[in-house]
Amino acid sequence: MEYLIGIQGPDFVLVAADNVAANSILQMKHDADKMFKLSEKILLLCVGEAGDTAQFAEYIQKNVQLYKMRNGYELSPSAAANFTRKNLADYLRSRTPYHVNLLLAGYDDTDGPGLYYMDYLSALAKAPFAAHGYGAFLTLSILDQHYRPDLTRDEAVDLLKKCIEELRKRFILNLPSFTVRVIDKEGIHDLETLTSGPK
Amino acid sequence: MITFPLTIITPIHSHLVITSSGSGADCMLWERILAREIRLYHLRHRRRLSICGTAKLLSLMLHPFKGTELCVALTLQDVPVTAHSASPNSGPKLIYVCSDGARLQGDVFSVGSGSPYAYGVLDGGLRWGLSKEEAVSLAREAVFRATHRDAYSGNSVDLFHITAQGWSQRTREDLREEYYRDMKRREKIAEERRRVTTSDG
Repeated sequence: MEYLIGIQGPDFVLVAADNVAANSILQMKHDADKMFKLSEKILLLCVGEAGDTAQFAEYIQKNVQLYKMRNGYELSPSAAANFTRKNLADYLRSRTPYHVNLLLAGYDDTDGPGLYYMDYLSALAKAPFAAHGYGAFLTLSILDQHYRPDLTRDEAVDLLKKCIEELRKRFILNLPSFTVRVIDKEGIHDLETLTSGPK
Repeated sequence: MITFPLTIITPIHSHLVITSSGSGADCMLWERILAREIRLYHLRHRRRLSICGTAKLLSLMLHPFKGTELCVALTLQDVPVTAHSASPNSGPKLIYVCSDGARLQGDVFSVGSGSPYAYGVLDGGLRWGLSKEEAVSLAREAVFRATHRDAYSGNSVDLFHITAQGWSQRTREDLREEYYRDMKRREKIAEERRRVTTSDG
């Protein structure tokens, strides 16, 4: 029901998430923000079981902040991703596993932009583009077809719009709007909320 | 070991072609049963059963098995030759029938485990006025992208083109070559972009 997407460019990462917080057949909230700011240049997008998402994401968020306070410098996106994965893996075989699917997007001042795909079984993969949710089935082929490693920001947004248009057309559930953010060397920037217009 | 040529697309008669997905064994059986029934109809009534009739017949034959493990999802495509071109039975038709009981007529369908991936590509390029070459290229691209992402699809792509004169089949293409062709195309585009930006800068 929920949808996350990330597209990495040469010097930025574009991420978007839908805005619906659902309970059974109802939209309880249509302006939900599924992105958690781990640091000035790292975003964690988190979907999955109700409760697990916020609990796990906030736990990671606070721990990343704690690292910065203790050591004086921030965790890199790669380190944060591996830290997250380790926590997810440790809980996986406990009595209380977290059922969450994540995208971690960040900009490292030495390594550049990075997008990390993580699923509820704690699989971690660095990828040029990734998506979560049923919407991923419909949009991964579009990303395969049109993605280039040297995309400009505008081209990445156009590619994102193509994906959202496909969801509007073929996905059985209505996802009316999407929060879009870009991370680059200047930090995290909010872009215009994308809406899927009327059919 | 399977030695006969395995196809997902099966021509039934000169103007009727069926694609199958779901359980392979179930589809093979039900295609044979359907072919037998429509041949019997042809012999008894001295005319071919229309595609709508064929689809309905199949749907009614599958109905007793609803709720069982039977898993069949077929598309029937036909371009009937009729005397009166204005009749509702004329013109090309595409009908989707599945073991759940659905029977849907439409302009475009993608069926099977790889279908969501194919829809992504199809919807981007589909228009009513496509030429034959454009349609072939779009269909091939959709199948290629779906087989790339879906674990249960792959190997090669078959293409059938059906007109009022009957069906014709393109040579089966190995998708491995399509993958390498796509990689080369991307490299060329990347080179072009690099050349353009360096010449501009």
